[in-house]
Amino acid sequence: MNLNAVKTIYVHEMRRFQRTIMQSLVSPVLSTSLYFVVFGAAIGSRIDQVEGVSYGAFIVPGLIMLSVMTQATSNASFGIYFPKFTGTIYELLSAPVSFLEIVAGYVGAAATKALFIGIIILLTAFFFIDIQIAHPFAMLALLVLTCISFSLLGFIIGIWAGNFEQLQLIPLLVITPLVFLGGSFYSITMLPPVWQTITLFNPVVYLISGFRWSFFGVADVSIGMSMLAITVFTTACLAFIWWIFRTGWRIRQ
Amino acid sequence: MTAIVSVKNLRKSYAGGFEALKSVNLEIAEGEILALLGPNGAGKTTLISTICGITSPTSGTVTVGGHDTQKEYRAARAMIGLVPQEISLEPFETVRASVQFSRGLFGKPRDDGKVDDILAQLSLDDKKDRKIMTLSGGMKRRVLIAKALAHEPRVLFLDEPSAGVDVELRKDMWAVVAGLKASGVTIILTTHYIEEAEAIADRVGIIAKGEILLIQNKAELMAQMGKKQLRIDLVAPAAEVPAALAKYALHRAPDGQSLTYTYDTKGPRTGITTLLNDLQNAGLQMKDLQTQQSSLEDIFVGLVKEE
Repeated sequence: MNLNAVKTIYVHEMRRFQRTIMQSLVSPVLSTSLYFVVFGAAIGSRIDQVEGVSYGAFIVPGLIMLSVMTQATSNASFGIYFPKFTGTIYELLSAPVSFLEIVAGYVGAAATKALFIGIIILLTAFFFIDIQIAHPFAMLALLVLTCISFSLLGFIIGIWAGNFEQLQLIPLLVITPLVFLGGSFYSITMLPPVWQTITLFNPVVYLISGFRWSFFGVADVSIGMSMLAITVFTTACLAFIWWIFRTGWRIRQ
Repeated sequence: MTAIVSVKNLRKSYAGGFEALKSVNLEIAEGEILALLGPNGAGKTTLISTICGITSPTSGTVTVGGHDTQKEYRAARAMIGLVPQEISLEPFETVRASVQFSRGLFGKPRDDGKVDDILAQLSLDDKKDRKIMTLSGGMKRRVLIAKALAHEPRVLFLDEPSAGVDVELRKDMWAVVAGLKASGVTIILTTHYIEEAEAIADRVGIIAKGEILLIQNKAELMAQMGKKQLRIDLVAPAAEVPAALAKYALHRAPDGQSLTYTYDTKGPRTGITTLLNDLQNAGLQMKDLQTQQSSLEDIFVGLVKEE
């Protein structure tokens, strides 16, 4: 195990985070705070409770997930795409490192950044909205797992992308709609029955539902299903990355 | 000869069917400087990339220090440093951070003193806190070399180190290479510049169309394969080469003022005496004679053309 390499990649990526702190941290925190103000305080006061929770509080878990998922994906995809773009990937390929070590470094750093952002948004939420966390450990565990799994997804996107446009494409066209339609702003029980069934094919539903359960003890789907879904998703991403390094898909000829 | 790098029946064909390497065999001795010469697209970079792990071989084996580059890739790669042909660096990193990154990636613990020594060796000490994007092209190439040396490799690959480099830097680089050789590092470089191979290599390999055509001690190569040319300046220009002299395959200068005869020094007879006699019999008067030893460049061009 080349632990020095893992540490080196991790530190290198965290330094990049430091250099771009405005863009990496301030902007997602600021835009999520605006959601809290607009949907939580302003519009939320005119909306009835959802599943026994005030609307302002109801959207907090979903909004944290929205930020964490998009940030984890974009950080990880950029992290591995940039060496491809500059050509410095030659160094990774010629170094005595295994795929697990490369992934641990890049995904570890991207997940840390996303976790950091998620926690800051949560702390910000306390300023605007009155919330309690029913299951804090489960909340933290789900948050960490989501950070890791979406960083893995981002890593795959970064390897796949051939240019900057493609790098933005998946987050924009796939992840954002899935997150918005995954019950960030509403309970899926509010949808017509047909749409409720369709929504169950959206993996994000399970994550947001589980995360909301850790706050309020209520969920659209059972917490067991949520945990299963996130485990399957993480395993699938890892398996795909293992295959990428085995075959050299898009990185090694 | 103890081979530090051993390449056996190495083949690489790409998805489109293009065969970049056709069964390459190569043994590189510890401590030598080997220059690989070849035209563009000959397979030089593919060969280096395959040894270093950037490209996967289609078949064949490579061992570095006795370690198979596929099965024991960690041990093999830890011994190798690679300076790529393209300048590939992260623009926003500082020189020092970039070199430290390379050292860590190869599994070595952080050692600022060692990194500073390497930077000093490449005359980069006053640039170490500068961002890479603020450096000139030549300086960036030095950073690439520093990164390749960061983990103290035993074998160093330099892929076209002189491409786009000014004379001064090239000389500096040769000095660095000489210093590394003195410390026992094995160096493999690819180049277009024959003068570079001539100046620093112990052995020269010539590669074209994915095959190593020849690999030989530089001095032997030049002595054995060296052709000489005899230029005969004439008193009066010759309108054409006389028919009696056709067997010598003389080359007539456009103005007819001189004839050039190419001969092989390794043959038992060079044919010079009979040529001079025949010239006289043909009524051509000689004003001057001069001979010229062919350079590595001529040998190279000759070999690649024959293919």
